[in-house]
Amino acid sequence: MLRPGATTAVFMVALAAGTSVLLAIVATTAPALAQAGGPSGGATTTTAPGGQQGGAGEEPESEGGEEVRGRLEDRVDGELTPVEGVKVTVATATGEEVGTAVSDDEGEFRLALPGPGQYVATLDESTLPKGVRLRTPGANTRTFSINVGQSRPLLFPLGIRARQTTGDFDRGLQLLVEGVKFGLLIAMAAVGLSLIYGTTGLVNFAHGEIVTFGAMMAWIANQLLDVQLIPAALAAVVVTAIAAGLLDVGVWRPLRRRGTGLIAAMVVSIGLSFLLRHLFLYQFGGRTRPYGDYTLQRATQLGPVEIAPKDIFSIALSLIVLIGFGLLLQRTRWGKATRAVADNPELAASSGIDVDKVVRLVWTVGGGLAALGGVLLGVAEQVGFQMGFQLLLLMFAGITLGGLGTAYGALLGCFVVGMLVQVSTLWISSELKTVGALVVLILILLVRPQGILGQAERVG
Amino acid sequence: MDWGLIVSETLRAAVGQEAIVFALAAIGLNLHFGYTGLLNFGQAGFLAMGAYSTGICVEYLQWSLWAGVGVGIVAAIVLALILGLPTLRLRADYLAIVTIAAAEIIRLIARSVTFGHITGGSSGINGYADAFYELNPLGDGTYGFGPWRFDDNRLWVLMVGWGLVGLSSLVVLLLVRSPWGRVIKAIREDEDAARSLGKNVYAYKVQSLVVGGVIGAFGGMVFAIGNQSVQADNYGTATTFLALTAVILGGTARVPGPVGGAMILWGLISFTENILRQASAEGLLPTAIISGTQVGIVRFMLVGLALMALPIFRPQGIFGNRREITFETR
Repeated sequence: MLRPGATTAVFMVALAAGTSVLLAIVATTAPALAQAGGPSGGATTTTAPGGQQGGAGEEPESEGGEEVRGRLEDRVDGELTPVEGVKVTVATATGEEVGTAVSDDEGEFRLALPGPGQYVATLDESTLPKGVRLRTPGANTRTFSINVGQSRPLLFPLGIRARQTTGDFDRGLQLLVEGVKFGLLIAMAAVGLSLIYGTTGLVNFAHGEIVTFGAMMAWIANQLLDVQLIPAALAAVVVTAIAAGLLDVGVWRPLRRRGTGLIAAMVVSIGLSFLLRHLFLYQFGGRTRPYGDYTLQRATQLGPVEIAPKDIFSIALSLIVLIGFGLLLQRTRWGKATRAVADNPELAASSGIDVDKVVRLVWTVGGGLAALGGVLLGVAEQVGFQMGFQLLLLMFAGITLGGLGTAYGALLGCFVVGMLVQVSTLWISSELKTVGALVVLILILLVRPQGILGQAERVG
Repeated sequence: MDWGLIVSETLRAAVGQEAIVFALAAIGLNLHFGYTGLLNFGQAGFLAMGAYSTGICVEYLQWSLWAGVGVGIVAAIVLALILGLPTLRLRADYLAIVTIAAAEIIRLIARSVTFGHITGGSSGINGYADAFYELNPLGDGTYGFGPWRFDDNRLWVLMVGWGLVGLSSLVVLLLVRSPWGRVIKAIREDEDAARSLGKNVYAYKVQSLVVGGVIGAFGGMVFAIGNQSVQADNYGTATTFLALTAVILGGTARVPGPVGGAMILWGLISFTENILRQASAEGLLPTAIISGTQVGIVRFMLVGLALMALPIFRPQGIFGNRREITFETR
């Protein structure tokens, strides 16, 4: 053991080294990011998630000039009927009225705009025919921006959601597929979190920031350095894996050597999470931004389910990576050593396993997987400074559900949580889908606190 | 740079409304974390209970504000029971995960459109607390001396707020000096030992969670009534972690710890913010490095750094006692 003074000094250096790697990578991109956030911002459009219909989409592009267009259709039992004679008024952001369009017998409306800029469209609810209502009550205004020469579709979903059994069943299938995608994604991101807990006892609140870091590295390579997304993602996974490994060497190993308690370490990880998240906000800004590739993809019809090629790719990739990871754990010496350390660190150490090395590898591999999860999440949604932190609670829910500290439990639990989050939108509003998963987490703890694959352990 | 302004702003912030809110949150959290060893990472949820109870009772149920205060206390107790009963039998980390999840559930529900007619959605409930200001015994005008000059309504909030801080500190002081307090400290040090002495560890933990949660709810009420506004996003995880920083900065398991910690924390936050703002206004900082809006972010980065460094280098905080800290027990 070193003297306390000396350990402090060593730790200071290590802490500085560990965090400065992360800081340096993020900081060097500052000027470039500032540029990207400027005039080019908003020039990218993305597909509406989930393929909700209810508006325009297939009309031919207009001859030129900026315009807004849309198709109003009432949805009754899954059948769409055009709604005629509805007034849509468009005003500029400062409140000056631009004009009013009335939907024709096909339900279509179209309005030329004076130029690019911000506009507010308002649907006059009193002109809706009897019995036709907005799907979301009160949502009769849309704020949108128009770029030069853009003809923008505007959605005003009408009618009630299909409640037919077949409609529900199809929607359920669709959500099931999305649940599979999301569940595999969470599982991939969370495996590292669970294994770090299993091998070191640390509840790492900064794991979400590793996910964000990976997604942002890929974004920087993709959008600022003009690298295609797949090599960019590969590079991001490698960089994040190395950064996570360095984080262990620079911060957590010195803390373990110092004999820092687990609760103190947990608070340190909260501080790290807080620091990194605000660093991301500082450099990246509060907006979410899309990747440059694979944002606009037409979904293909696969039986009753609509799925975009990128989603199929995401599911396949997650499956391959997770199966590969499982084989790694099951078949290799490192995997065996990891499972031994997770089971009982002291016993593993006394039987000749280099625990520090195993833990470092767990951090590295877990960091890489988290980064890949982050990139896939960025493709499915967008990249933002809070994306990882928002995923963190779902990851916690997943690994707690599966059994804290286990690898396969984490996979299973996260898969279940991901499914649950998506499928629950059948019954609850999608803004509350995370709530559903977190409520289930609390309920599971009531019934089976050790999780699905965890071992019962009596504490009180 | 105008150092006089910086110093006076710092001194104002140290006794300001934020300091009160986080002092109350921290006093409750200190009872959980410092004295009992409970990892409550969802203190923001208790604040939200207090804040939203007053807002919802006045605006949605059309009750009086004081009924809202009562409902807030009950709501905090109910939340503590919901969180505590399933998890306090489990290992400590479960409570951490469940409480942080619960606080997020509350925030997401409060800002959702689905419950927007009750909670006001993302714009919250505003301008509802006139009943509190009608009780203000002070006449119109500005009171105070030196840097601490406040108008009558502000001073009324501060008076009631600091009164609550004093009262809560007194309650905690009496509690931890009582036999009950000795038991919860024993639970923090060694749960099994406390249990083997015949103490119902589970019941004590639940009681501690309830009392600390109610104190946190008072913090939420001061926050909401002082601003005349309840906003869901004020009760996110950042709030909990700021309160945790205040506890650790001041010193865990000490009665004046969280109060001093909150005052120093808000003083420091205001200090750095004012220095950075003035420096960037005078062009001392290149705008490529830091712009006006980024100043607010930097202070949270500093909070993160403090939260990392304190448990490592000074786990007892400023007023703490090294022998009596949660961090050493595992």
